[in-house]
Amino acid sequence: MNPMKAMNPMNLRNSLTLASLLTLALVSGCHKKASGIDPNSLGPMPAATAAAPTATITADPLAIDLGQSVVLNWRTQNATVVTIDGIGEVNLNGTQTVSPSNSTNFHLTAKGDGGLTEANVRVTVRVPVAPTAPALPADVSSAGDMGTDAAFKQNVQDAYFDYDSADLRPDASTSIAQAAAYLAAHPGIRVVIGGYADERGSAEYNLALAENRANAARTALISAGVAPPRLRVISYGKEKQFCTDSNESCWQQNRRAQFSLDR
Amino acid sequence: MVRIRTHFPTLRQLPLLAAIILLAASTFAALAQDNVFTGTNTGNDRIRIAVADFKPGSPDSAALKRTFDATLYADLATAGIFDVVSKSLIPQTTPGGPPEMNVNQWAASPSSASMVAFGSFAISAGRLTANGYLFDARNAQYPQVLAKQYNEEASEDSARQVAHRFADEIIFRLGGGIAGIAESKIYYVKIAAGTKEIWEMDYDGANQHAITHLGTITLSPRVSPDNSRLAFSTLGREGFQIRTYSLLLGRMVNFASSGGASFSPAWSPSGKDLAYSSTRSGSPSIWISDSNGALSRRITSFKGGDVSPTYNPRTGSQIAWISGRTGLPQLYVMDSDGTSIQRMTDGGYASSPSWSPNGQFIAFAWDRKYGPGAPGGQDIYIMEVATKRWIQLTHDIGRCDFPSWSPDGRHIVFANTADGQPTHMKIWTMLTDGTQRRALTGPGGDMPNWSWK
Repeated sequence: MNPMKAMNPMNLRNSLTLASLLTLALVSGCHKKASGIDPNSLGPMPAATAAAPTATITADPLAIDLGQSVVLNWRTQNATVVTIDGIGEVNLNGTQTVSPSNSTNFHLTAKGDGGLTEANVRVTVRVPVAPTAPALPADVSSAGDMGTDAAFKQNVQDAYFDYDSADLRPDASTSIAQAAAYLAAHPGIRVVIGGYADERGSAEYNLALAENRANAARTALISAGVAPPRLRVISYGKEKQFCTDSNESCWQQNRRAQFSLDR
Repeated sequence: MVRIRTHFPTLRQLPLLAAIILLAASTFAALAQDNVFTGTNTGNDRIRIAVADFKPGSPDSAALKRTFDATLYADLATAGIFDVVSKSLIPQTTPGGPPEMNVNQWAASPSSASMVAFGSFAISAGRLTANGYLFDARNAQYPQVLAKQYNEEASEDSARQVAHRFADEIIFRLGGGIAGIAESKIYYVKIAAGTKEIWEMDYDGANQHAITHLGTITLSPRVSPDNSRLAFSTLGREGFQIRTYSLLLGRMVNFASSGGASFSPAWSPSGKDLAYSSTRSGSPSIWISDSNGALSRRITSFKGGDVSPTYNPRTGSQIAWISGRTGLPQLYVMDSDGTSIQRMTDGGYASSPSWSPNGQFIAFAWDRKYGPGAPGGQDIYIMEVATKRWIQLTHDIGRCDFPSWSPDGRHIVFANTADGQPTHMKIWTMLTDGTQRRALTGPGGDMPNWSWK
């Protein structure tokens, strides 16, 4: 196999990861070998007997972030064929730049007339992982980092307002705190806050009133630590109603700031 | 200052607002040197005018002539300056031209007309020809005041338009030089299932048709002073945004969006600027941009909501608007640079101001006893800007909103829902003294805006 051809990125990555570990592994490997058959202790080999190959492989650096690359560097002696897993056959001594996509053991095998020796290096790749609340792994797996609507609705509850008021009530402050906690645990969630008003009064003024209600909820979430870019406000005034009867319980339903996932 | 609270039995009996105010003021004779004068009738009593059915000039003209006669009669009857002689009292003749006209016959009892409108109406080769005359019935020697000839393609619509144009000529001649409104348009919101689109109709409710087809909720149509553009606010992904539509090109034209929501536009009388409410800096405030949305500047800055601006159309230098800075929304007036702020209403819930063409009055909707469980109703009021004296125009007809002045200042169009249901909202007109109230649309019409000319 042509070594260059074998150097596709995937393979490279695998090989590379090994490289950094290899340095460590190699050392121990050497010791192991050494304890078994120490060429030095044996004294000069008979000319007829081929010397056992030696091999070292290093990686620089040993740990990278995803997308960065490492340089593998290997040296062998008395070897005729050198292969690195995932890369293929390579020169007896050489360097190779690789970009593994996850942590990889680069395993080098050097074959010679005198036998076979191995060396390893492990490259650690740091992959950013979205922190997720351990309690809710199902949401994350089923709907990405936004979570499900059901879980969102359960944890981020709409805020209700008094008549002609855009001030958060005490009950709303409690639910805002809960909402902020949920949003802190799910940083991938963006929220659209809809402002609503009941059917009474002027359509144009109610657009302003509902805007102020949504803004009050937004301000409270920001005060509770939610980053402003995650929050978007839309005022619907009295143009969208949750309930269309003309009585107070219905009007109360319509005086709200509604939180929804901003997909 | 006398605050005039009109007493309605009196109002009903007197035809003219000016007269009412004079009467009301005269009860405070010691104080009342001034009067409120809406221009409904500048000067004289209403002129008694007879409108003859036009003489058919060809046998096939009957259908269109019926449209023409009815339109002309309605235009003059609703103009607010005439006492139109009942058709049952006029002579049973249809003079087609000056030689056939005997004014003495019309001046005599029971028609007792001061003026007579008459003429002929014919169709030939697909075109209609109308010859219209206005004669002074009290001047037998030189009776002719006006003679007009119209020639248009024969259709229902052109029969109506020709009648409107002839009516406007008569009104202009006899109404103190104020142009008639029979050719003006009313833009409004049409409520359909789940959507609100902008529609246009003639001033008398005829010819209702859709302008926008945006498939969402569009509010607050306002036509530019030259009738070339409409501004309104439309609900999109970013909330309500001001958008503009060219009535000349028949399509949407660009209005720069600015971040935040923007709504309740108002054209300056020059047509160069648009005032509106914007939330780009947080709480809804009044901003002014040019007609393309550029050169934006902030005019008000106060917690609460500032919405529904309307320019003084006579000067362009003042803006009335609604502000919630002290709690419930109230009517305010300021200079158009944001200075000289005055609060106009003393309580209740005020909304939807519209400034009269002569600059003297503001019409608005007001619920003076607004609150949970309060017995108040939302009615149309007009206030004299200089004195803050006001008059209530509607009474016990359900919720009223969105008054808008006709170009001649003699009429107000508004929306009313008798049972309070938003979908039952209809558009009505009335004279500025609250009389001659009539519905222009069926249920589903809201937020009317009368064109500037």
